[in-house]
Amino acid sequence: MAEKVISTVKRQQIIELAQRGRRLDGRGLEDFRPISIEVGVIDKADGSAIVKMGSTTILTGIKYEIGEPFSDTPNEGVLSVNAEFLPLASPTFEPGPPDENALELARVVDRVIRESGMIDLEKMCLVPGERVWITWVDIYVLDHDGNLMDASALSAVAALLSSTIPNTKVEGREVQVLNTRVKPPITNKPTLVTIAKIDKYLLVDPCLEEESVLDCRLTFGFSQDGSLCAIQKGAPGYFGVDDVHKAFNIAKVKSQELRSKLSSVGL
Amino acid sequence: MRCLMMEKTIKLISEDGRRVDGRRLDEIRPLTLKIGFLKNADGSAYVELGRTKIVAAVFGPRELHPKHLALPDRAILRCRYHMAPFSVDVRKSPAPSRREIELSKVIREALEPALFLELYPRTSIDVFVEVLEADGSTRCASIIAASLALADAGIPMKDLVAAIAVGKVEGRLVLDVMDIEDKYGEADMPFAMMPSKKVVTLLQMDGHFTEEEFKQAFELAVKGCEQVYAKQKQALREYYAPSLAEVSSIKEG
Repeated sequence: MAEKVISTVKRQQIIELAQRGRRLDGRGLEDFRPISIEVGVIDKADGSAIVKMGSTTILTGIKYEIGEPFSDTPNEGVLSVNAEFLPLASPTFEPGPPDENALELARVVDRVIRESGMIDLEKMCLVPGERVWITWVDIYVLDHDGNLMDASALSAVAALLSSTIPNTKVEGREVQVLNTRVKPPITNKPTLVTIAKIDKYLLVDPCLEEESVLDCRLTFGFSQDGSLCAIQKGAPGYFGVDDVHKAFNIAKVKSQELRSKLSSVGL
Repeated sequence: MRCLMMEKTIKLISEDGRRVDGRRLDEIRPLTLKIGFLKNADGSAYVELGRTKIVAAVFGPRELHPKHLALPDRAILRCRYHMAPFSVDVRKSPAPSRREIELSKVIREALEPALFLELYPRTSIDVFVEVLEADGSTRCASIIAASLALADAGIPMKDLVAAIAVGKVEGRLVLDVMDIEDKYGEADMPFAMMPSKKVVTLLQMDGHFTEEEFKQAFELAVKGCEQVYAKQKQALREYYAPSLAEVSSIKEG
């Protein structure tokens, strides 16, 4: 009950600030928190990146592994995105298999990478129907201060962009892994942008306190050319029809800002 | 295993704008709604959307197990979306998949805005959805069924939740996406709303939309939901007509 009282008071405070175009931490309604991207942080991974959005910290590691394709896509590599909400990241996270929130996060990040065609999966096929590259994207939530969706996507995309994959020599059905490495076949730089709705206000990059009192959120995935490749509404509230279009317009602009963060670190 | 090469050569939209099952682009499949389908559940419904077949049951508000999940000021809504092993081409393991766990979550979040959970503190309302046969748009058909089952259980609601998916197939927008259109199409956008409140409670998309396509798809989805909504209301009225007649005859008599 105490938590509930605090969140009601907090919600009122957030709404009153929003009326004046401000947030708890002094940001404007459509501002991101400070974002930092650092790549190549784990030498043993084939690609890695730590992304911070405010205090939210996400580490993503990429591993490439040779394995079998799915039977319905024999000519394509396999992409697998997983998310771990580590118990060290928040007092509310517990050890154990991924819960519905972790699964949703992983599946939305998977969707934006897959549907934007970021990785040319056909080029990840070595021996059709038998041997393909499997791309493992493992998202590690290290510190949870809200907006895990956008930060995780940015971290996964940065890790993939910075990754390298071993060269191979294919003779018939034999695959030999060489000691040299190349860039994986990457064709797109997708981004996720989440808009939170609190009362009648739409906020970019909600922090944890804002998330705890939001009505609902809408996450948009954009390809490099500005087209849409994923949407996910979350949390048990609703959006008015106009809100959806407003949120889309804000997200579209903000997606370019996120992409420029990638270019600013040379990705 | 289906033969991919063979199916890729099938045209999904004919030259006169008809889809593989003969529908127009903005036409939904035949929608059959049955209320009170199960005896034991507090509320239930059966939905057929073309070949997609869904049964939904509601239990509650009822005492909650485990008790520590109970909330002092409102009910909790729980939802399980589950596919029968025989509902798809290749047998699906009955263990809950990642997809089913995500869909259970988004369906719950699509229904919750319609309920007055604060009326039933310390209880749970449990919604169970079984996909008996899947031919596309199963989450939308599940929402249609679950919302009717909630109404059948006598749980007060702000509005029914109607749902429909819009897809993009061979560059054109189509209403009520079926399996083959989802597999070989360019985009799928499941959508749910409370039509009389004009608010969106589920919105997902995967694939590729330009900004203009997204706006058109959104409009098409709203129109589709209005059609579904009319059928939902009609089904409830028909099912409860005898009870209503009984009540009014008692009043008169």
